[in-house]
Amino acid sequence: MTKGWASALISNGIKGAAIAAALAFAGTTMAQEAAPVATTAAETVAPVAPPAPAEVGAAVVAGTAEHAAAQNSAIAGYERMKPTEGIGMPVPKGIAIQEQFTPIGKEAKWMLEYILNPVIAFISVFVLALLAWVIIRYRSGAVETPSTTTHNFTIEVVWTLLPAFILLAIAFPSFRLLANQYNPPKADVTIKVTGYQWYWGYEYPDYGGISFDSVVLSKEEAAKNGDPYLLGVDNRIVVPAGKTVKLLITAADVLHSFAVPSFWVKMDAVPGRINESWFKVDRPGVYYGQCSELCGTKHGFMPITVEVLPEEDFKRWVRMKQQQDGIDPTGPGIAIERTPITPAAAAAAVRAAVAPATAPQVTSTAPAAAPVA
Amino acid sequence: MASTADTHALQAHGDNHDHGSHGVHSHDDHDHKPSFFARWFLSTNHKDIGTLYLIFAIFAGIVGGALSGFMRWELANPGMQVLPWFTDGNIDAAYHLWNVFITGHGLIMVFFMVMPALIGGFGNWFVPIMIGAPDMAFPRMNNVSYWLTTVAFVLLGISMFVPGPAGFNGAGTGWTVYPPLSTSGHPGPSVDLAIFALHLAGAASILGAINFITTIFNMRAPGMTLHKMPLFVWSVLVTAFLLLLSLPVLAGAITMLLTDRNFGSTFFDPAGGGDPILYQHLFWFFGHPEVYIMILPAFGIVSQIISTFSRKPVFGYLGMAYAMVAIGFVGFVVWAHHMFTVGLSVNTKMYFTAATMIIAVPTGVKIFSWIATMWGGKMTFQTPMLWALGFIFMFTVGGVTGVVLSNGGIDTYMHDTYYVVAHFHYVLSLGAVFGLFAGFYYWFSKMSGREYNELLGKLHFWIFFIGVNVLFFPMHFLGQDGMPRRIPDYPEAFAYWNHIASLGYAIMLVGMVIFFINVFWSLLAGKKAAANPWGEGATTLEWTLSSPPPFHQFETVPDLRNMKGAH
Repeated sequence: MTKGWASALISNGIKGAAIAAALAFAGTTMAQEAAPVATTAAETVAPVAPPAPAEVGAAVVAGTAEHAAAQNSAIAGYERMKPTEGIGMPVPKGIAIQEQFTPIGKEAKWMLEYILNPVIAFISVFVLALLAWVIIRYRSGAVETPSTTTHNFTIEVVWTLLPAFILLAIAFPSFRLLANQYNPPKADVTIKVTGYQWYWGYEYPDYGGISFDSVVLSKEEAAKNGDPYLLGVDNRIVVPAGKTVKLLITAADVLHSFAVPSFWVKMDAVPGRINESWFKVDRPGVYYGQCSELCGTKHGFMPITVEVLPEEDFKRWVRMKQQQDGIDPTGPGIAIERTPITPAAAAAAVRAAVAPATAPQVTSTAPAAAPVA
Repeated sequence: MASTADTHALQAHGDNHDHGSHGVHSHDDHDHKPSFFARWFLSTNHKDIGTLYLIFAIFAGIVGGALSGFMRWELANPGMQVLPWFTDGNIDAAYHLWNVFITGHGLIMVFFMVMPALIGGFGNWFVPIMIGAPDMAFPRMNNVSYWLTTVAFVLLGISMFVPGPAGFNGAGTGWTVYPPLSTSGHPGPSVDLAIFALHLAGAASILGAINFITTIFNMRAPGMTLHKMPLFVWSVLVTAFLLLLSLPVLAGAITMLLTDRNFGSTFFDPAGGGDPILYQHLFWFFGHPEVYIMILPAFGIVSQIISTFSRKPVFGYLGMAYAMVAIGFVGFVVWAHHMFTVGLSVNTKMYFTAATMIIAVPTGVKIFSWIATMWGGKMTFQTPMLWALGFIFMFTVGGVTGVVLSNGGIDTYMHDTYYVVAHFHYVLSLGAVFGLFAGFYYWFSKMSGREYNELLGKLHFWIFFIGVNVLFFPMHFLGQDGMPRRIPDYPEAFAYWNHIASLGYAIMLVGMVIFFINVFWSLLAGKKAAANPWGEGATTLEWTLSSPPPFHQFETVPDLRNMKGAH
């Protein structure tokens, strides 16, 4: 009941922002709870059939890619975004961390490049210099009689405590980084990620359970699409720019690991567990990653592609996917937007919950083809 | 260590029992060698068993090294060029073969190369001699350890040729054998054989550990107190405790794996209430001490060599000994830093970050103490010393990247990338293996009675040193650029540094060819070695015996009560 008029309110797009937001929040929460089990959804709704494991990968992949491309092109208004060379992907001859596009990634890259790397470079050079010094100064030809010193209390204390202090200094930013990784803003979009041998399944419970599988592109398909080979996939994860995306990561068969280096995201996909990760990327673009936990024969051939779209384009993509999957965008529990809950909104939600009688009237005024936002 | 007078006394003592060690067969029953079969197949002599372990380790090293050679060859260029040769062009079979190779390479190098060489080989050879004991405490059990190891190796070899996952042969699970890939992912018997191989190798190591602990605690000559023991003996003692405490946990974990696979248990299967992560905790509770098991004996060897060639006792002896104890102890409480991406809670990650960083402190003590040992010394640079110096620097490089990886937040990016591969090859392939070669050249004349060729030895060092650095240093770049581990083919962007790394392998291979030429040439035509070829810096007891030592040494226990403080 509640879910019904919640989405209807949003469709109407008026009746006070606070109430709408609160109801949207309540609605989507329930939608998440009611989300179908991923495997079932993938089997029934997925546009792409998973490849048969025994067949040679390339042939199957080419087939599915064409299939997917055909489907995507059938949807007006969505075109696969072209990646930018060197952004969101490994750089040829690269020696450094990939450019980072999330707050965590920027913080971590800074810590690595401005704290850790200088410290370890200094220590390595220091040890090398000491070695060079003793080799030159105390070579047999330069010394009459070797010293017999075997103890020096002061220096032993110094070289025990000094490294300890250096480590302590490293520990502070390190702990802050860890804490920040575990302290995400409220999620705007939730995506369920499921690892399979050897492809990824994605599901958007917020939008009526849009779901699809994501399979590596053959060399030819990748070239045609402008994706780097072994990084490009047929169906990309699409997310809105500037929004916090929550990932719920699990696996259906063996361990996998969901990784996007330029987001500083890596989380193992474990059967029987749901791990959580998140990212927030402002720059629209295409970003690539690869499965990062040995998962069998084609472990190296289940990449990850994330397409970050401006919010309006993302909404259009959602509507297209909903059409494709036969999901009624006005259906129960489907929300395109979610606003962080505020005390006012919470109070509004409670008010709405105790007074459901007003809801049907609102529903009746909702246009048949509700705008997505 | 031993005073000059003691050294002479011991020298004479050693000579007393040296009648039959060269040429003519002696009828002196103190030095009566058994027949060939009895001597090498039913051996109870610690030196013969040590030799067997070394030969075995060299053989296993060739197999494990060949596997990595094919891996580097495959990775030299993008695409699948090499492995399909083995699979009649079947690409999927080649992908699986890749996984079998990485698994075989890892398991062989850890369990059948580094451990048998450092502990079984040098430990057996020199721990009894260095403490003034005639043999190990349990000579027959020592032989059992050796033969269990060989059988384990055979089982692992067979596992590569029997069905693993549907349609393919061999276990492609990685050396960590994580479920569910090792359970539901590999229905065929290959993983069972690999598990049995680990069981036997583990049992062999546990027996060996009991043997070393008993020998070191009970069979030291009078005057050889714990705080006077050479640091190599200390390193083997700490290693033995690590083996004794960690291997049973591995044995338990892989037994649970075995019952999950064959008898319907669900320890690691969420469908029955189990958890795959439980296996990872158990595995790494063994696996992290295991990396210290591989490096500690190398620490010990390097300490002996630095002292010998600096002609100076080890600086900060007690600090060195207890740094190893500390490393061993802390090594047991840091295991989950291998699991930073499995979904640990933030507090758990913070703890394991902090605990892991602490290991850098005793490790730093060791590095600085080695340098202080050389400080003020009178250094010469024969081959063993080159390897030891190379060890110190390369281990430092591997150690500092370990500090980077210890940060749970940074490891999010680095985990399972080539950065990790670079890190552990710097501490193992350039750490443990450098220690191994250092020990091999240091003791070659003692073990064989022949001198190795110094020129070839130095050539081996320099070519190998350049080769492994060209091989492994670019892996830091690949890891930072985001290349995942354990993939047979890769995006074009990774091509350049992979190609360089493969060239590094070829350089290293040239070094290894020189090594084998040196070994065979020296054994056949090397100069007869003196008891102590290294001069006044070599103070431990093995240099008081002939080269090679008599078949049984110290039948009359040497009296070391006048021995000066250790090192």
